[in-house]
Amino acid sequence: MKTLTEPAPPPAPTGSAEVVLTLEHIAKSFGDNHVLQDFSLNLHRGENVVVLGKSGSGKSVLVKCIIGLLKADSGRITVLGQDVGTLGHEAMDQLRAKLGFLFQSNALYDSMTVRENLLFPLRRQWLADRRGQEKEMVQQALEDVGLGDTAEKMPAELSGGQRKRIALARTLILRPEIILYDEPTTGLDPITAREISGLIREVQQKYQTAAFVISHDMDSVRLVADRVALLADGRCYAQGTYAELAKHEDPRVHAFFI
Amino acid sequence: MFNSPFLAETGAIAQFTGRFFREGFRPRYEVREFLYQCFVVGYQSLPMVGITGFIMGLVLTLQSRPTMAQFGAESWIPTMVGLTIIREMGPIITALIFAGKIGSSIGAELGSMRVTEQIDAMEVSGTNPFKYLVVTRVLATTLMLPLLTVLADAIGLYASYVGINFKGVTSLALFTNNVLSGLTFADVLPAFFKTFFFGFAVGIIGCYKGYYADKGTAGVGAAANSAVVVSSLLIFILDLLAVQVTSLMGFN
Repeated sequence: MKTLTEPAPPPAPTGSAEVVLTLEHIAKSFGDNHVLQDFSLNLHRGENVVVLGKSGSGKSVLVKCIIGLLKADSGRITVLGQDVGTLGHEAMDQLRAKLGFLFQSNALYDSMTVRENLLFPLRRQWLADRRGQEKEMVQQALEDVGLGDTAEKMPAELSGGQRKRIALARTLILRPEIILYDEPTTGLDPITAREISGLIREVQQKYQTAAFVISHDMDSVRLVADRVALLADGRCYAQGTYAELAKHEDPRVHAFFI
Repeated sequence: MFNSPFLAETGAIAQFTGRFFREGFRPRYEVREFLYQCFVVGYQSLPMVGITGFIMGLVLTLQSRPTMAQFGAESWIPTMVGLTIIREMGPIITALIFAGKIGSSIGAELGSMRVTEQIDAMEVSGTNPFKYLVVTRVLATTLMLPLLTVLADAIGLYASYVGINFKGVTSLALFTNNVLSGLTFADVLPAFFKTFFFGFAVGIIGCYKGYYADKGTAGVGAAANSAVVVSSLLIFILDLLAVQVTSLMGFN
């Protein structure tokens, strides 16, 4: 396995780049529990945004609303120019090909080998121009995550960090324009967590993908984020670069950086 | 009364069944997964169904012989056993074995996929998990159980022939002739058709319980357990309905 060193510094600010994901006044409640109340945020092409928040603050709910696994009660989610709330099943499926999602639990199909796991999204999102290239695409995706020799293994034979890498490879294989990461380093040891953070950065630089990362691992936030947004009270409480927020005077923001 | 969990569950299962009919027959058709499920559900149940069918025929014959002998009616054993197996014992025993083996495995498999977010992952991959997981399994159970029942009936009858030959000698031709002479289409066809409903019940309950399993490993266990309990109960209720319907149609 390739050893990753300190990731490259974040690229130049992307303020003028195209907006690929827009969240406008998102609200979502479960009974009396108002998880998201008025959350708004933009994501630009090629940018890594980390949404930071305490456990239970609604980060995972937010990311599941974007991918369409949950439906927001109100507000508008626009992904690559398409309003997610108005899309039918088929249009949503087509959009999802451009929108990767890395689950917190990895969600690898445990009855399939690593190769079958990677082939699954490829065969479902059947793209005519990629026919006959499946084998190369699987190998390329595995090599991108530094696990080129694991294709025939079962997920149960892999370590936690390797499973996370395979899950990332499964997300990468469709070459998405945006990748949503749900707590990518949770449950990993500090070294592996650092490797995964480096990998997120490498993927961004290699494929120019935008990343929407949910996290509360500050080491990972520092390594991954071009911009950090703090989710508190169901809204975007503060946003800025890591350095800006680290110097923020508000005690609720500052508490994360101590 | 109207807040009863039983009614809520029944309503939810009815909705789930409605969704099966709404989504199941529209493209995209998951032919490959359907065929694989037929293999899993049908072929892999063969040994279990075969053994239970054999024992059922043998025991039925050995148990009924003394009573029949008391009335000097041993020659009627093939006819009686044939009717019993074809009309009732074959379908019901096979369906119950099927519910225990396949219903529980579907409940546990889908439950575990739900708990580990694999069903969500499928949806994110652009696959309708209801079609891919539920429709294929329900169709497979609906079509495979009748075939397994026919097989269990045949094995049961052969076991009966073996049982009869434990004492005395009866040729296979005579045995077959006796069995067939006691059977009419009114015995065979309703018994065959009801197994489609049994298979559907096992599939839909197993999938429902797994698809909506609660979080955690306990949820998976509960899904597998209640899939077997509810589908077994439903098989008996459907059997009762089938008797009533065939009576009304004048087949009894």
